[in-house]
Amino acid sequence: MEKRVTFSRWTIGILFAVPQLLLIFTFFYWPAGQAVYWSLTLQQPWGGGNIWVGLDNFRSILSNADYWNSISASLIFAGISTGLAMFIALVLAALTDRQLAGSRLYRVVLIWPYGIAAPALALAFRFILAPEAGFMAVVNQVWPGFWDPGLDGADAMASIIVAFSWKYVGYNFIFFLAAFQAIPRSLIEAAAMDGSGVIRRFWDIQFPLITPTIFFLLVINITESFQDSFGIVDIMTSGGPANATNLMVYKIYSDGFKGLDYSGAAAQSIILMMLIIVLTIFQFRFIERRVHYR
Amino acid sequence: MASITIRDVTKSYAKMQVVHGVSLDFASGEFVVILGPSGCGKSTLLRMIAGLEDISGGTIAIDGTVVNKLEPRERGCAMVFQNYALYPHMSVSQNIGYSLKVSGVPAAERTQRIQAVARTLELEHLLDRKPMALSGGQRQRVAMGRAMIREPKVFLFDEPLSNLDAKLRVQMRSEIRKLHRRLAATSVFVTHDQVEAMTLADRLVVMNGGRVEQVGTPAEVYSRPASRFVATFVGAPAMNILEGTVTLDGLSLLGDSRKLNVSRTGLPVGSKVAAGIRPESVRLVAAGTPGALEATVDLVEELGAGRVVYVDLDGAPFSVVTSETVHPVPGSTVGLQFSEADLHFFSSETGSRLDVFKASVPEPAL
Repeated sequence: MEKRVTFSRWTIGILFAVPQLLLIFTFFYWPAGQAVYWSLTLQQPWGGGNIWVGLDNFRSILSNADYWNSISASLIFAGISTGLAMFIALVLAALTDRQLAGSRLYRVVLIWPYGIAAPALALAFRFILAPEAGFMAVVNQVWPGFWDPGLDGADAMASIIVAFSWKYVGYNFIFFLAAFQAIPRSLIEAAAMDGSGVIRRFWDIQFPLITPTIFFLLVINITESFQDSFGIVDIMTSGGPANATNLMVYKIYSDGFKGLDYSGAAAQSIILMMLIIVLTIFQFRFIERRVHYR
Repeated sequence: MASITIRDVTKSYAKMQVVHGVSLDFASGEFVVILGPSGCGKSTLLRMIAGLEDISGGTIAIDGTVVNKLEPRERGCAMVFQNYALYPHMSVSQNIGYSLKVSGVPAAERTQRIQAVARTLELEHLLDRKPMALSGGQRQRVAMGRAMIREPKVFLFDEPLSNLDAKLRVQMRSEIRKLHRRLAATSVFVTHDQVEAMTLADRLVVMNGGRVEQVGTPAEVYSRPASRFVATFVGAPAMNILEGTVTLDGLSLLGDSRKLNVSRTGLPVGSKVAAGIRPESVRLVAAGTPGALEATVDLVEELGAGRVVYVDLDGAPFSVVTSETVHPVPGSTVGLQFSEADLHFFSSETGSRLDVFKASVPEPAL
């Protein structure tokens, strides 16, 4: 039975909640409110008041081709990196779950990437993927000019996708492994007795039973790929070349703090927030239906 | 229908050997129960037959084909698991029909066979339910159906009744028995419950510590236990054991208070022997009856039809099953009588049965 703590007076309960409420208000609702206000005004870059402009900021952003380019770059980044991070983690977790040699080591080691700050890992990948000295230099020697993230937008996008996925593979792996291990061994054995091979068992038994975890990670990964990508983009590509990796979250920063267009950046934040909200609602509405909760 | 031949099978995990050279033959269509305490290697042996555990040494053959290297699905066995292991995301009919789906049986035939199995097991009205919405007994039946539908050569049961309540267990027991009579597939049933074992088995295999202690019909195992372990494990309450020493003229039990005349033991004087007597072979008589052993009553367990009387016999615990209308009071003194012919003898060293003893007329006690 669930144990519940009850307070004799509701004021005591509220008192306990105050620190958390204060944090949420200070670091979420207040800035979000400010952003909404700024997005509806024209802020002076050097201070000195503002002018109410209504939805003009949104109109100008949405009529800008650069911004649409940023949205599509973000969606491509989110789609591929989420897919890659989840797929690799799923395969690794499925193999580890089969108790292959070294599985105890992976279990520990694979969470480490998630503990590394995005800029630090981005710097590492900048060296690793450097066209003149990294791993790809070998390829470049065979096919000169094959790999150059400094010039080729697709290469740059691939670089940040690799870096981001690398970080989230570890995170996803831990959740997938926990989900696999929660499946009773005897279910797998029963399926084996029923004549089902390793691959068939995976699709018929294990995969349906870990769908709640897959769904959870899908929501988290997509959300994070819109937000946690900033550090990686900033260090690896700075949004270039030619805006190819100018993701929405990075464009907000560069327009706001480098271009000093506070109002435009605020409006972009609101759009990004709405996009994530819509995507999450979509996932809960349409994907969650296919989840088997046990 | 298939015979199973097990030859010198061993199983070792990293450092521990859990099955020590087991050799058994199961005839085609036989219902064999492997009985033993937990950790005796009985489930491991079953899982090796199923192909869920690697065989460390020896061979297992089904119908003459050595299956050591075959995948579970290639062995033609079906298994019912202790916790049923039903697929929680599939309906009852999907659970039952999964093996057919895997082997590519067309949907129409599949439905027909699922219906047939469901009819046998009285599951027809539950076919669309998920396992979560079933009772324990219904889940058990679905697990049986899943095993049955493949028409396997061999049925393997891994303590399938241990999660059921007492009433349901008795009911499922007779259902399994009936089912076996109808399907006549070779069945291997693992349990630690001796009542289950005795009632189900054509033949009983008693295991202990990774070794086979005895193989025989339930009646044989009960009436002629091959070892001290079997004697005390099969039968409830357990067989009484009295330690004794071989003397010049027989066997002295309970210190020197009681002697049995034994002709030609063939054992050296002074060797230790254990004598066993089943609680149901002991008669409770009034204290002071000539020839009876005197004992103090410790505890009386009422069973309705009879009662188990636990007594203290010269410091050794001893139990008696009586259906007579005597109601001994704890603390009182009673007399115990039994026929020497009902005694079983075991070597105290090896625990194995000794048939050299022929008990004859006892000397007057005390």
